[in-house]
Amino acid sequence: MDTVRTDKVGKDNADTKDIIDSSSDDSAIEIKGSVFTLPVLKICTTEIQQVEKALKKHLAQSLSFFKNAPIVIDLERTKQLKPAMDFQALTGLLRAQQLVPVAVQKGSLEQHLEAEKAGLAILTGQASGKSKSQESEAAVASEQTTTLDEQDSTTQRGTASDEVTSNAPTKMVSQPIRSGQRIYARGGDLIVLAAVNAGAEVMADGNIHIYAPLRGRALAGVRGDQSARIFCHSMEAELIAIAGSYRVFEDRVPDEIRQKSVQICLRGEQLDIVPIH
Amino acid sequence: MAKIIVVTSGKGGVGKTTTSASFATGLAKRGHKTVVIDFDVGLRNLDLIMGCERRVVYDFVNVIQGEASLVQALIKDKRVDTLNILPASQTRDKDALTQAGVERVLNELRETHDYIICDSPAGIETGAIMALYYADEAIVVTNPEVSSVRDSDRILGILQAKSKRALEGADPIKEHLLITRYDPTRVHHGEMLSIEDITDLLGISLIGVIPESQSVLQASNSGIPVVLDDKSDSGLAYQDVVARFLGEDRQMRFVEMEKKGFLKRLFGT
Repeated sequence: MDTVRTDKVGKDNADTKDIIDSSSDDSAIEIKGSVFTLPVLKICTTEIQQVEKALKKHLAQSLSFFKNAPIVIDLERTKQLKPAMDFQALTGLLRAQQLVPVAVQKGSLEQHLEAEKAGLAILTGQASGKSKSQESEAAVASEQTTTLDEQDSTTQRGTASDEVTSNAPTKMVSQPIRSGQRIYARGGDLIVLAAVNAGAEVMADGNIHIYAPLRGRALAGVRGDQSARIFCHSMEAELIAIAGSYRVFEDRVPDEIRQKSVQICLRGEQLDIVPIH
Repeated sequence: MAKIIVVTSGKGGVGKTTTSASFATGLAKRGHKTVVIDFDVGLRNLDLIMGCERRVVYDFVNVIQGEASLVQALIKDKRVDTLNILPASQTRDKDALTQAGVERVLNELRETHDYIICDSPAGIETGAIMALYYADEAIVVTNPEVSSVRDSDRILGILQAKSKRALEGADPIKEHLLITRYDPTRVHHGEMLSIEDITDLLGISLIGVIPESQSVLQASNSGIPVVLDDKSDSGLAYQDVVARFLGEDRQMRFVEMEKKGFLKRLFGT
């Protein structure tokens, strides 16, 4: 029910030998179930202008990532709101921003009916609480979802905050990370309380904090966040990288930063390694 | 319930089998019922170092495959009567070890022994994984050189990821660092990593330091575990390791350059 299914048109079936009756209509298509992870857009107001403003601001920062991305609209926070959601306007707005709205979820019954009229699918499953569908629901709306979420504490009045607030919490590791091991903090920051040894690799979509020696490799902002930084207590790294810009320390780390507490950030194309005092 | 201790290192030639033989003999000599198992199927050495190579009739693989009983395969040590040896097969390869088979043999040994010492082969393949899989504690043998330390680091990562305890979320394997072939003079000259360097890199507790010594080679060649040699620095150092393992507090010996010279004169090795 809640998985996103596609109908795959089997154009090359004619070439496939093991289809017995290639002349029948059935062989023209093939239907398969498949599970996808889709970004979820949480809408917190029915005022289309406010949605538009927040969306533009947000997409300006990560346009390439969301370009032509199929997107699911989460209506949970707009269920009770007046005026009623204008789905034609909303889908038009999203398409104008090069997003492809495919479905809605968690709306009221009326909203779902309206959404269907606007050509959107309805994703269900979440409302049924602890049903079997939870796992696949999680696949759709889990750590990878990017929410345009209004935090109660933020000062913004509008629809959405301008930050990508990820559902992924900071990943914390207190064991040493040893040669051959690889740790990835998907969607968030990584904190390591013990040494990252030579031959080990730590990665995060956000920042990396290492409160111990960094002797292996550290890659921050691996999905392109150029503002990500790396902090470590003792700089002895083999390789550091932020958003794809990397530096290898072939022989050894230069003396002025070697075994020092440093922070590493990206300035232009250049990785800046600055001692922290 | 017997404790299972794996002696491992990742790298070859660092002294795993020497350590397994001496550690097992040391425990047995203190009255604990101990069995030492050679997991190095295809390259069996433990029986040579224990001096029982001519008494091998059935081996570990025979027991796993049901061709012999454990009683038939176990070799009782002639010097220490609380010690048993389960030799590896020389004619098979590591794939002959099955997880279910290893578990069955270990469970059977657990009923009659206090300590089960698993002598791991080098590398990180099947044999090494089998040897560490059921371990409660691990002795990680490291030489004072960079490649050995790196491999030990790797094997520590595997202990924390691929052992039964790790996979089942039980208490983690207790890890002990044992530095072998340590030469304080060469450390002093900067040719070897120091104890501090190694413990700093690996971050696990040190259970002992075995000095580089001719007596280890002599003992291996004559099939007598070096721990039984009271005149050897290495033998005494292994006795200390056993004592520390059993909870005694012993100072590290043979780790200072001057001190070694003094003891050398004293013991004449």
